[in-house]
Amino acid sequence: MSILVDQETAVLVQGITGASGRLHAKACREYGTRVVGGVTPGKGGTDADGMPVFNTVREAVRRTGATASLIFVPAPAAAGAILEAAEAGIPLIVAITEGIPVLDMARVKARLKGTKSRLLGPNGPGIITPGGAGRAGCMVGIMAGEIHRPGRIGVVSRSGTLTYEAVWQLTQKGLGQSTVVGIGGDPLKGTEFTDILALFEKDPGTDAVLLIGEIGGSDEEEAAAFFKSSMTKPLFAFVAGRTAPEGRRMGHAGAVVEGGLGSWAGKRRALEAAGAQFIESPAEIGATVAKGVLKS
Amino acid sequence: MNLHEYQAKERLAAQGVPVQKGFIATRPSQVPAILKRLGRGPWVVKAQVHAGGRGRAGGIRLVESRDDALKAVESILAKPLVTPQTGPAGLPVRSVLICKAVDIRREAYAAVLMDRRAGGPVLVVSPEGGADVEARSLSSPKKFLRLPVDPFRGLTAAQARRAALFAGFKGSLSAPAARALSGISRTFFSLDALLVEVNPLAEVLGPGGRRVVTAVDAKIVVDDNGAFRHAELAFEEDLGDLSPAERRARTAGVSYVRLEGDIGCLVNGAGLAMATADLLCMHGGAPANFLDVGGGAHGPQVVEAFRILLEDERIRSVLVNIFGGIMKCDVIARGLLEAITTTGLRRPLVVRLEGNRAEEGRRIIAESGLNVVAAGELADAARKAVEAAKAAP
Repeated sequence: MSILVDQETAVLVQGITGASGRLHAKACREYGTRVVGGVTPGKGGTDADGMPVFNTVREAVRRTGATASLIFVPAPAAAGAILEAAEAGIPLIVAITEGIPVLDMARVKARLKGTKSRLLGPNGPGIITPGGAGRAGCMVGIMAGEIHRPGRIGVVSRSGTLTYEAVWQLTQKGLGQSTVVGIGGDPLKGTEFTDILALFEKDPGTDAVLLIGEIGGSDEEEAAAFFKSSMTKPLFAFVAGRTAPEGRRMGHAGAVVEGGLGSWAGKRRALEAAGAQFIESPAEIGATVAKGVLKS
Repeated sequence: MNLHEYQAKERLAAQGVPVQKGFIATRPSQVPAILKRLGRGPWVVKAQVHAGGRGRAGGIRLVESRDDALKAVESILAKPLVTPQTGPAGLPVRSVLICKAVDIRREAYAAVLMDRRAGGPVLVVSPEGGADVEARSLSSPKKFLRLPVDPFRGLTAAQARRAALFAGFKGSLSAPAARALSGISRTFFSLDALLVEVNPLAEVLGPGGRRVVTAVDAKIVVDDNGAFRHAELAFEEDLGDLSPAERRARTAGVSYVRLEGDIGCLVNGAGLAMATADLLCMHGGAPANFLDVGGGAHGPQVVEAFRILLEDERIRSVLVNIFGGIMKCDVIARGLLEAITTTGLRRPLVVRLEGNRAEEGRRIIAESGLNVVAAGELADAARKAVEAAKAAP
């Protein structure tokens, strides 16, 4: 079992004719993902490495039955691409694009309210349900597929490469993953930790959850509160940025917003107080989860 | 990108927000002409730096005479300004804003900012502005009104009126204050800002003894991701606060932050870069920098990133930690070799490559004959980098 994506997921790649869209569409297909086609306005009717290209998401959905979209469209046009996918009724939209203006994301969030679409990202590695051991995998993203193993640990993260590090440690300890979800590193994003924690809690294929956070914002504090109120499965958490200097924040008004939240110490306190197993060293992520899972 | 106070006030004035009158000077010789244009004193001389806490640090001075004004401008421009927000080295002051002093009768606070939890822009106002507003927002949150601003329509007239009243603008001041708040919101949207803060939004004594609403200090942070829509802002950016290394990194398109330690770090991805720095500290070391080469860095970018590290005089060892996803480890390895051939390698170098094409990367480095310490696990890499830094002469 898994959350959000599995072997049934039919994936469309928006921006498939660009360099990274093409590269990763192929990598996803090679991993075993059902990549059913791509969208690039003006290039409909052509094909990219054997995958059909359409002019619009609506047409692509009608012709292929796509249920997820993976977006590589450059930042200036990315918000429009996300909304096009939502208007075409795509249930899962995964935005890899980095550098989308925050105001565009505020508008995207406002528009997505009340639709059936879930947005993952932007500025994240995507999502993967690892394949192997008789189970077909589904990778909708840009991660290195080969470091994953199928298993029963759910992983959710705000980071890209740090997630690979954590997954690699789990895999080396013999712990496979049910699904690995990158929610993205931007301040305004489509899906929060709490949304994914709720899905892992309900997923019979997930026994425990590893959360990879970082300083800034209050996502980890909200995850801690959700864990305390609504979860029965064990939660392991690592937060990056313990030694990052303060600053690069928005002065007075930033503090008005954050209300003192955002520091490593505050996040650690919140997660520990909620009963999560807090991991201090990024080198001990795999070992700590392995020890904890054996105990429970 | 941060705008200076004078730039922020120009933007606000262009959207109809009344601001304190003033002119910018970069040399004392400009002062007499500015004073003449401003009219009778007293005047205020304000250091233009990207940091708060200027007043108590001596960066804002009230002057009564032309001579005092000249002296204040000279002394402020002469040395870096050190405030609680700048760090011990302070920030160089390259310009001062000279304003006509205003008689402030009451200080309110107003800002429009991007709020993560609200998922969009929010207007924040308080009847009590001025210094220490940060502390007060925590101790008395009831004195702050927060209104979500529609990301398509902006602040509505009704919201502006309500906020003006909450911020304490009564009677004949409520309408101009509401207009000022609408102007602050328009400024926010027109610039793709993350923050437009007016503190204080003040009641000052105007001509004829009547109070008027005036923006006495202002701060704007613009979203770098929105820069492609604002070509004009490129001319306004002041990069003078950045160190030479930070400026080079910016030009190369890699993310670099100078830290105070002696271990140079090159990592791909912000989260892994932070975690690597954390781990170095846990092993008793101290990173000299945060350097994220990003996910899709190409050859020349990687070479420039290495050069920035290798040319840093403070560095006693270098740690390269790459977990290849999009990033190919062989690209990193080749970039490293190219950088070393031009800058030389005076310090021990610890390299850990994992993920996409890690074996090719390791082979390239091993076959280069260079004195590189190969590391396996993350902890192994951190330990070796710390040991190397401690052993370095």
